[in-house]
Amino acid sequence: MKLIEFSDVHLRLGERDVLCGITARLTERRVGVIGANGSGKSTLARLINGLALPTSGTVTVDGLDTRRHAARIRRRVGFVFTDPDAQIVMPTVAEDVAFSLRRRGVPKDEIDRRVREVLARYGLEEHADQPAHHLSGGEKQLLALCSVLALEPEIIVMDEPTTLLDLRHSRRIAALVRELPQQVVVVTHDLPLLADFDRVLVLDQGKIVADADPATAIDHYRALLS
Amino acid sequence: MRHLTGVYLPGDSVLHRMPAGAKLLGLLAAGTALLLLGSPAQLAVAAAVVALLYAVAGVGAAAAWAQIRPLRWFAPLLFAFQLAVAGLDGAVTVTLRVVLAVALAGLVTLTTRTTVMLACLERVLAPARHLGLDPFRLSLLLSLTLRSVPVIADLAARVREAQRARGVERSVRAFAVPLVVGALRYADALGEALSARGLDD
Repeated sequence: MKLIEFSDVHLRLGERDVLCGITARLTERRVGVIGANGSGKSTLARLINGLALPTSGTVTVDGLDTRRHAARIRRRVGFVFTDPDAQIVMPTVAEDVAFSLRRRGVPKDEIDRRVREVLARYGLEEHADQPAHHLSGGEKQLLALCSVLALEPEIIVMDEPTTLLDLRHSRRIAALVRELPQQVVVVTHDLPLLADFDRVLVLDQGKIVADADPATAIDHYRALLS
Repeated sequence: MRHLTGVYLPGDSVLHRMPAGAKLLGLLAAGTALLLLGSPAQLAVAAAVVALLYAVAGVGAAAAWAQIRPLRWFAPLLFAFQLAVAGLDGAVTVTLRVVLAVALAGLVTLTTRTTVMLACLERVLAPARHLGLDPFRLSLLLSLTLRSVPVIADLAARVREAQRARGVERSVRAFAVPLVVGALRYADALGEALSARGLDD
């Protein structure tokens, strides 16, 4: 697994301190991040692939500083957003999966092969030529994941991937997260999703207030909210 | 059958197999020809040709109607205006020209994958590189426009529902403010997603 390292990270937006002195080394295969709304967990996720940059401190992925090597890091780190509608940029399913591959100069035959393969693996092959907006919410989130997986990233960061989904699709995404061979960092409110994770961080007011196994971290989070 | 406008319809017809560049050139030639046709009889023949092309492409009636449906309010108004200023022949001629041009453009998008169209546009726009413009980004603009139409339409439908629920369906402000805020949020999220997907590489 790759090393994701936060070193004394502060992030300030206007008058608000979003993150205050985050220090952590993430090497586990499954890492969860939980916390109340506004605790800074989505910002923490965005720091990993350089979508957000720290005001001070450093974030490195496999030794690469996100401030200086954002493009190289984004080739290694895939990002799945909460709302797939904002992530799907092409009109049809297959075209959306092909989009990033095309941008990276992958040969056309290889693009076609990878698109077919990833859509078949996640049961979307019959929707390949359909408009993406005709998919259900769960299928859209699957498509967003397929578009990331086609790029074969080493790390996948997911920002509340099940928040907009019904129970059936949440379970499906949870099962997929378990099966992914990549290192995965998931920000979520969906506590059962974290049951078999290796490590869970609890954020509160921009600080890590617990860093433990899922059961211990979730107990801490519940105590924090009660 | 909502939002069929501008969406590729899978198929294996001659039109589907034709290169995108040839189709775009054909569209340009057909649009010019429509301007040169001066009588309702000639345009009726053109309409028959367009219908034949739709049949050759294997496009069903619903998808065909969806291409010209956006004109359902504009075409009668145009017809009425032309009837008042140019007479019956002029009204029929001008209205048919517009409807047929839109139908032909719709046929091109129905039979051409967006990626193929974008690749073609990128080749056409390649000289723009000398002006410091990125052809990929220019063609991406078109794609994002197509993709954003149903998203904004869904947003507008949700805002209208919320207006009805609050009993302010006649308020322009209650419609415009959440629609604009929602559209800006979508644009913001889309920009972030494009960065995450390597557009800044």
